[in-house]
Parts: sequence; C-alpha cells; structure tokens
Amino acid sequence: MTNKTEKTNIKAALTLATAALLGTSNLAEANTVTTPSAKENSWDFDSALLFYSEVDRVSAAEAIFNAKKTFANDEILNLKLTVDALTGASANGAVAQPNVQTFTRPSGKGEYTIAAGDTPLDDTFHDTRVQLNAQWTQPIAPNYTASGGVHISKEYDYLSLGVNGNLAFDFDRKNSTFSAGFSYFQDTFTPEGGIPKAFSSMPKVSDSADDFAETRIESEDTKTTTDILLGFTQVINRRMITQFNYSYSIVDGYLTDPFKVISKVDGVTGFTQDNIYESRPDSRVKQSLYAQSLYHFDSVVLDVSYRYMWDDWEIDSHTIDTRFRIPLGDAFGTESYIQPHFRLYQQSAAEFYRPFLIDGEAAPTYASADYRIGEMTTFTVGLKYGLLVNNGHDLSFRLEYYRQAPTDAGIAGFEARGALNEVDLYPTIDAIIAQVTYSF
Amino acid sequence: MKKNMKLVLFIPLIIGATGCANLGVEPWERDLLAKDEMSLNAAPVDAALDDHIYFSKEASSGGKGFGGGGCGCN
Repeated sequence: MTNKTEKTNIKAALTLATAALLGTSNLAEANTVTTPSAKENSWDFDSALLFYSEVDRVSAAEAIFNAKKTFANDEILNLKLTVDALTGASANGAVAQPNVQTFTRPSGKGEYTIAAGDTPLDDTFHDTRVQLNAQWTQPIAPNYTASGGVHISKEYDYLSLGVNGNLAFDFDRKNSTFSAGFSYFQDTFTPEGGIPKAFSSMPKVSDSADDFAETRIESEDTKTTTDILLGFTQVINRRMITQFNYSYSIVDGYLTDPFKVISKVDGVTGFTQDNIYESRPDSRVKQSLYAQSLYHFDSVVLDVSYRYMWDDWEIDSHTIDTRFRIPLGDAFGTESYIQPHFRLYQQSAAEFYRPFLIDGEAAPTYASADYRIGEMTTFTVGLKYGLLVNNGHDLSFRLEYYRQAPTDAGIAGFEARGALNEVDLYPTIDAIIAQVTYSF
Repeated sequence: MKKNMKLVLFIPLIIGATGCANLGVEPWERDLLAKDEMSLNAAPVDAALDDHIYFSKEASSGGKGFGGGGCGCN
C-alpha cells in the first residue's frame, strides 16, 4: 500500500512539474490525476533506458522520457526528451593490413595506432546528444485528424531542427484510413577538425597547421531532408489490421562522412600507399514501400512488417520485422507476457562503394569505403518480458542480439589481392541491446 | 496457426483481388482491435530507440514513419 501511494505520488509530482513547465495553471486538474475518474484528462508517462554495446567498438546509453496528455476532446499533446551518450571506436574506412598502421585523429592533434591484421577503428568519438520533440494531434472535422510537431536535436558537433505535419481521413466506419504527411529537417554539421577536402590525403600529426588547413574546406556544412509519407490502414476483420505506406525522401547537402577515409592500395601487393578522405554525392532520393499486419490469435498477437527501400545511389534493401506477443496470464503472480522478436535486413552496395581504391588508377567521382553503404546482411533476435505492476503500470525488459555481416559486393576490379588476402576486409560486428521501460 | 500465418502474408493479394467491400468490422466488434497490443505502433518508445540504432548502422531508414535526419550518428 505504501508502495502504491509512492508511485501515485511520483505521477502526481511529474504531472505538476510538467504543467508548471508548460505554463499551464490548472494545478487543480493535476492534483486530481490520481482519482480514477480523471483518467481521460491525465498524463501518461513512458520512461526507458537503453544500452547498446558492440564488441570492441561503440557503446551507447540512451534515455527517453515521454509525456502524453489526452484532453477530453481527443486532442493529444506528446512531449519527448531523449538523451544519449556515445563512446568507443568506429571503423574509419581504411583496410586492415598485415602491419601496424597509424592514423591521425580528426582534429589533426594526436594519432592512434592499429595492430597488424586489425580493422582500423577510430576511438576519438565521445558524444552526448539531447533531443526534444513536441507533437500536437487533434480532430479538425468529423473523420479528419491533423497532427503537427517540432524536433530539435543537439550534440557537440551536430544540430538538427525539424518540423512535421500529417492529415488522416477515416472512412467506412473508421475501418479504413488514408493519411498524408510531410517532414522537413535542417541539419548543421560542425565536425571536429572541419570538413575535409574530398580525396585529400589524411594529414600527418607532424604536419604544420598550414598543411593541415590545406586538407580542409570549411568548418561546417548543412543538409536538408524532406520526407513525404502516404499511408493506408485497413481493418480486415475482428482479429486483423494492416497498413501500407509509401515514402519519398530527398536528402540534399553534405552527405559525406568527414571522419571516413578510403585506402589506396598497391594493385599487386595490396599494401596501403595512402589513406584519402571519402566523397559522396550531395543528394540522395530514397523511396520505400512498407506493409505491416497485426493478427490476434486466441491469445497470441503476431506483428509482422516488411519494407522495401531503394534509392538513386543504387542501394536497395529488404527488412522483415516480426514480433509475437505471448501472454503468460498470472503465471508469475501478476499479469505478464513475453515477446520474441526477429528482424532480418539485407542491403546492396551503393554504386560508389569501394572497399579500397587502387593506387595509380584514375580517381572516381565519388567513393566511400563505409561498410554501412556496402553490401550487408544484419539480423536481430530478442526477447521482451513485460509485467503489470502496481496501479496497472507496465514494466518491461528487453534483451536483443544484433549482428551486422558486411559481405564482398564482388565489384569488378576490387577483388582482394596480395596482403589483403591475409586480413578480414568484411568483419562482422556483434552488439547487445538491453532496455528497461516503465510506463505509468 | 500455420494457416493463419499464410493469411497474414497473403493479405495484400486478397485486398487487391477483392477490393475492400467485405472488409472491416462493426463498432461493437472492436474488442480485440481496441487492445493496446493490436495498435500498429504498440511500443512507440521501443520503435524510437530501434529507429535510432538502425538509422546509425544501416543505409535505410523510415518506411513506417519519417526517415528524417536528426543525428550525426557515427
């Protein structure tokens, strides 16, 4: 009983705090949130903490706090705060070599050494990001619902500002819904060390400030992302609902990764002669088709989705995501469920992806050795366990295993040679995802 | 169970072949559809966290919702 009162008080306190932050003066309403009759006009909170950890590479911690208020007339206000911290090492794009390699940090001040046979990883990255989202949704006419939102995200070297809007139309006894939405993001990237010149050699730590500056263009650059999303939702029968989406996305501006290099190797021996900064096109048009179905068996709920994405970089991808929610009843003294999760993803390489370049050959217009735009298959397997605790609050735990397996896209003229046959050009990456969520 | 799974996979074809004339339910038949777990976005916090991971690690994003920008994501 004491426990219950405490939890109720937490919610009441947060409600008061949120109301104060928003400048709403209706404290009486906030005070009555604990009574069952005030349910409709109350706040719902979701909080989650996630850890993501790759073997020998990046680790990240991310916390989300989401506050949602549903007003009596079906207006919904949603506020979300996300904070994440990233640390660890990330592949810099260069190939592994049978000898020790030394690389300069992005700032030009300092270097890191990679052991023979190891994939070059840059361990410079430590970043903290704060993101705020606000979304307002309301009925605007019978069967029409409109929604609008704003987004701001800030990290040490990155600022992202966004807006979005959506209109949904329900028909056939609300069994069918058409929706159309747009979003626009404006991002500014101010990387440590500035924006490197495409294909310039990675400077040496012994280079003078002038020599370092020679490899740089400017201190920051921008990109914009415009998305259009059309959706159709259909209730099939009492047990089943489906959704189909089409999305069109235009990304314009600086799409290169300023920290990534590509190795120029000797065409016969495979030994690295130079590491040069990568270069990507300054626009990308992506499209996708997405289908999702939920089916309610006698007790189990199956949620399955498929996405096909293609773009003008000649990447296409297939994603299948499946969840089974299996109720356990009161087997553990309280209502609970388990939810196995399986996700499979496969992508083809961008047309300008190259695992390395051959020294002495004519430079291509664009080239990147970032494995994330190379040919790759990934899968995720996971399990979530959720239970109802006091007052019907939900507590859940999620543990997942994620494997990325880059593969040789078999690009003609870029087969492994000499020393490259002795190293792993396409190492797999294993990661663990662990999450705790509490909703109240 | 197996039969129902096939139904899930082939439903887009069924919709295409029959139109929407026989689909849908009456308002009093929404007992199962009204459950939280039958929502198309039943776990929005999980979805947001997953989107961030896969946006950072793979070449695709969006589809279910907006792909968006939003992070440097190394």
